[in-house]
Amino acid sequence: MKILVCISKTPDTTAKIAFTDNNTKFSEAGVQFIINPYDEWYALVRALELKETQGATVHLVTVGGADTEPVIRKALALGGDEAFRINADSQDSYYIASQIAAHAKQQGYDLIFTGKETIDYNGSSIGGMVAELLDLPFISIAAKFELNGTTATVNREIEGGEEIVTVNLPVAVSCQKGMAEARIPNMRGIMAARTKPLTVVEPVAAEALTSIVSFELPPAKAGVKLIPADNVEELVKLLHEEAKVI
Amino acid sequence: MSVLIFADQSQGKIKKAAFEAVQYGAKVAQKLGTTATAIVLGEADNAELAALGNYGAQKVLHAANAKLNESDSGVAAKVIVAAASQEDAQVIIFSHNFDGRAVAPRVAARLQAGLVTGAIGLPDTANGFVVKKTVFSGKAFANVNITSAKKVLTVMPNTFALEPTGATATVQPFDAPVNDADFKVKVSKVETVSGEVPLTEAEIIVSGGRGLKGPENWGLVEDLAKALGAATACSRPVADTGWRPHHEHVGQTGLTVRPNLYIAIGISGAIQHLAGVNGSKVIVVINKDPEAPFFKAADYGIVGDAFEVVPKITEAVKKLR
Repeated sequence: MKILVCISKTPDTTAKIAFTDNNTKFSEAGVQFIINPYDEWYALVRALELKETQGATVHLVTVGGADTEPVIRKALALGGDEAFRINADSQDSYYIASQIAAHAKQQGYDLIFTGKETIDYNGSSIGGMVAELLDLPFISIAAKFELNGTTATVNREIEGGEEIVTVNLPVAVSCQKGMAEARIPNMRGIMAARTKPLTVVEPVAAEALTSIVSFELPPAKAGVKLIPADNVEELVKLLHEEAKVI
Repeated sequence: MSVLIFADQSQGKIKKAAFEAVQYGAKVAQKLGTTATAIVLGEADNAELAALGNYGAQKVLHAANAKLNESDSGVAAKVIVAAASQEDAQVIIFSHNFDGRAVAPRVAARLQAGLVTGAIGLPDTANGFVVKKTVFSGKAFANVNITSAKKVLTVMPNTFALEPTGATATVQPFDAPVNDADFKVKVSKVETVSGEVPLTEAEIIVSGGRGLKGPENWGLVEDLAKALGAATACSRPVADTGWRPHHEHVGQTGLTVRPNLYIAIGISGAIQHLAGVNGSKVIVVINKDPEAPFFKAADYGIVGDAFEVVPKITEAVKKLR
């Protein structure tokens, strides 16, 4: 079995968000970059568990410049077997999905895992687009994935609950909390990652269909109105009469 | 030319988020000087379909095939693309809910249409087709221009208040071009907590954190939620330690919610938690630590012991209602 895990580089969850160039570019000054948590904690770790329990080769793919390599090496340190970096700016979701789909078509995978979304652009688009470009079934926002032969049973999140679906491989799945428990790479993994293959692939021709015009930061809050703890009636009154939300 | 909106349903009922998407689509159509058509997949009764007119759909295409009751993103995308072609739709709109997020990327890829997910404003058509969306999990916004001729959008739930117009829509049957081989995903079981408001659609949310000390004290949160008709949520440590199911975890790596009122009890307000809730219209924070960072993001706050304060609030709410 061959599994592809799509990896994205994102700012750390505690990063301060600021913009430069007249609010058109994300300011990377002082920002730590990590593997997008959904890609790492759930997609990658579940793929590694499947490798350990059923036997599989786990490939990693990312679209980006050489600055994405530390993140890809970390994914290799966690246990990925081989990585591919598609050497292009990650322009927009359609462009990225086109690159991943072209790579996947060439390699042929039984399973393609992505995170449910990246924590920077919150697109939640790559898994579905890749599935469509490859004509694969797509299960979105999965919280559990079990494999029995070539049939997968997947718990997928829906409004107020879960839907349990079955699907035959090959399939694309976007992963969320519940799929697996986060892991920390060990020293052996980190050493091994240095010599694992990381192939740089040139991009295929594809078009970006969207572009970011500008960024904005949310307006600052006016400040909290504190109510004494012995006068909760006042809070309820304010919520009812001033804020009009209850 | 037209605007097509996917109005997704569950057990024959159109979802609230779908009505919001239809209303958004109708406004886009108005802007572009064209009409809004909604498409519904699966069995639903006529009154429910005609109600889509109430939110601005002139026409409703109904693919009543019972096999479409269950959502298979590949099948849904195929039917929507066929409808888009029949209606000459330039803009196709979904809710940014679970089904919308599964189907919209497929439709966008198939049509080579630029996709913006989680729109929180109407497109600015003065200079291109620029849509505002939340990025960095609520810590910022981006204005994104869709440069392709065809465009696909998903609309953030609970962002646009519903304004019923009283109109009804014409319902037309739509013959879905699907065959048995298209159905690849089989739903074997649905597990929903009945009677509970889905978090992403809830207008009021009461949320609890580590300050509650243990699962045995969760009743505090539930009682207040019940009095308010609210949904309950929790912070990451609470979900991680298993007090509450992970689908109630709100924050950067959990759900993003945008209720009218978010009441945080015993949550310090780490930046990751704030990212998931800062789209809320009004935030109330109850914490015994006056230095809790959450107070900086709050509209109203009480510095006090949750175990004393919250039951009193519950009583005061009951009196009001």
